[in-house]
Amino acid sequence: MALLEIENLHAEVDGKPILKGIDLSIEAGQVHAIMGPNGSGKSTLSYVLAGREGYEVTEGSIRLDGHDLLEMEADERAVAGVFLAMQYPVELPGVTGMTFLREAVNARRKAVGEEEIDAMGFLKMVRAKAKTLGVTDDMLKRAVNVGFSGGEKKRNEILQMAVLEPKFCILDETDSGLDIDALKVVSEGVNALRTPERSMLVITHYQRLLNHIEPDVIHVLAHGRIQKSGGKELALELEQNGYADFVEAAA
Amino acid sequence: MADKATLPLLTAVPKTEGGSPWLTKLRRTAVENAERTGLPGVRTEAWKFTNLNALKALEPVAATGTAEIARLPAFADLQAVELHLSNGTLTHADAMPEGVDLVGLAEPDDAPDWVSETLGTVAETAPHPFTAINTGAFTGGIALRIRKGAAVETPILLLVDTRSLEGAGTVAAHPRILVVVEDGAMADLVEVHTGGGAYVNNAVTELVIGKDARLGHYKLQAESGEAFHIAMTAARCAANSTYDNFALSTGATLSRNEIRATLAGRHIEYRINGGYLACGDQHMDTATFIDHAEPDCASHELYKGVLADRAHGVFQGKILVRPDAQKTDGYQMNRALLLSREAEINSKPELEIYADDVKCSHGATVGELEDDQLFYLMARGIPEERARAILVSAYVDEAVDHIQREPIRDAFRAAAAEWMQKNIAGAPAEGGL
Ligand SMILES: Nc1ncnc2c1ncn2[C@@H]1O[C@H](COP(=O)(O)OP(=O)(O)OP(=O)(O)O)[C@@H](O)[C@H]1O
Ligand SMILES: [Mg+2]
Repeated sequence: MALLEIENLHAEVDGKPILKGIDLSIEAGQVHAIMGPNGSGKSTLSYVLAGREGYEVTEGSIRLDGHDLLEMEADERAVAGVFLAMQYPVELPGVTGMTFLREAVNARRKAVGEEEIDAMGFLKMVRAKAKTLGVTDDMLKRAVNVGFSGGEKKRNEILQMAVLEPKFCILDETDSGLDIDALKVVSEGVNALRTPERSMLVITHYQRLLNHIEPDVIHVLAHGRIQKSGGKELALELEQNGYADFVEAAA
Repeated sequence: MADKATLPLLTAVPKTEGGSPWLTKLRRTAVENAERTGLPGVRTEAWKFTNLNALKALEPVAATGTAEIARLPAFADLQAVELHLSNGTLTHADAMPEGVDLVGLAEPDDAPDWVSETLGTVAETAPHPFTAINTGAFTGGIALRIRKGAAVETPILLLVDTRSLEGAGTVAAHPRILVVVEDGAMADLVEVHTGGGAYVNNAVTELVIGKDARLGHYKLQAESGEAFHIAMTAARCAANSTYDNFALSTGATLSRNEIRATLAGRHIEYRINGGYLACGDQHMDTATFIDHAEPDCASHELYKGVLADRAHGVFQGKILVRPDAQKTDGYQMNRALLLSREAEINSKPELEIYADDVKCSHGATVGELEDDQLFYLMARGIPEERARAILVSAYVDEAVDHIQREPIRDAFRAAAAEWMQKNIAGAPAEGGL
């Protein structure tokens, strides 16, 4: 059985249907990429997977490891192993990066009946991971994402992912806002997290990211449905031709 | 609007005859003022958002007897010298640090000159009926003097507790606090108000801050849930002084915290920040008045309020810039977070400026918790209640962080966190970066 199974997923926002029958299955250890025109529903899919309020599933199912995700609140899904690196990471004035990470880790531990994490060991572990991702000590001391540059926000998302070690990661346009060097650093960070147990769904507009994080499968999402799936060659094809075929096909 | 029926608050007026002339005069004037004005009514502009009918319906007797006072957990680790005022009576005093004089105000007739010459000179009784009642009726309190040039490192922690003892019914106490910081002296005073059951705590804190002096003055109002807390803080600051004021209100069914300061010299830095955290049916009124009387002074004011359930918050902040007060730099902001649809805030910022070369701004905001912030925390595995508490704590800490002394800041952060724990549940743990 696949780690993530999405079947015939329909979802709407404010009464407007956005996802119109998505089928997607991702095996443990696989990386899938989703590409697609602006407004096609990629971020919507990521929010629906993460359990954001206001995104109403009207039909279909999502299972992670056989568990029904739709039955769970956002925090329960996170504890079950879902992680969403957001397209637009949110600013949290007054909440420092370190506090945020410690709260997140301890929430998880509490949910599974473990002791709170040892503060000193945790600090060391976070600092080490932060260093490899180019997240400075200063950024950890500051309020989460407040005053961060676009690229800093994205690195910070991947740091959270590295610290929380989720089972299933969704990366929503993590490459946007990253400079060329940062793209490399962040991609290496993501690749370091690839294991036979962990799956990823990488949303991007650019082929370049997929040179760094090589996906097993690429899907094209347009008009709320997966229009085509294929291997790496599909990204190159899109780079050449754009989305014209899919947009017209469904229109 | 005179409302004489409510003056039983004055029942316990000590004798105004036969004592020292200065005190007799002070008390007599105060009582006259109280009787002339009566308690504020709905048409009294300064009190228009705060209905005192519940207070007026009380027939309190003078608080008598004393009880042990314990520190609140948030202040447990604060290194400080302690003073206890139980029902207005000074029941405990640690040895004061060098450079600090302490005088009890139970029998102020015998008070030294520095007390008789300053008591009642800053907290005016004519326009402020509750201050008048306190001045007429106080039976105890403390006067502190920080001597010229003394730099007092250890904070002075004043625990003020009011409660009905031995079946006395509803009681009223009028604790009086006088602080004289002489030129070039530095000190920190922390006031913590607590109590039990139904009572009225009508406190007046009067401060005279000398040239080049620094006073940190931090107050926690954590009265019992049935209490009425009516407080006046009145300060007069001299040139080049720094007055760092912070007030956090969490208790009482009805509270009014009024803070008035006159900046009576040049180059004064006045910091007046605070927070109010209310839930249930609590009513919390904060009124501040900053009198910029001289040029080149700066005042910074940030208040953060959190109102849950059916709580009602009031913030009235006035900045007066007199004609001479050129180059005044005044900033005032009141921000309130409403956690329920039934919670309410009345905000009335007011600038009155008679000088032309000044930089003054003021504002007020009302908001709710942001959905996207809540989702972000939950998407990292943090349960909703805890996520809310984290966000609300962070919101309040923005004001608390203005407290200049770190150990005191930590204590107030902890006090706010305790409130979250109790009222929003699952508040964040202390510590970390
Ligand atoms: N609250 C809302 N009300 C109405 N429509 C909405 C709402 N939120 C999102 N949408 C619409 O849903 C559609 C899908 O948006 P989504 O953010 O999922 O697109 P996307 O594929 O991630 O686009 P991009 O590549 O620009 O990030 C868009 O047309 C958007 O306008
Ligand atoms: Mg998107």
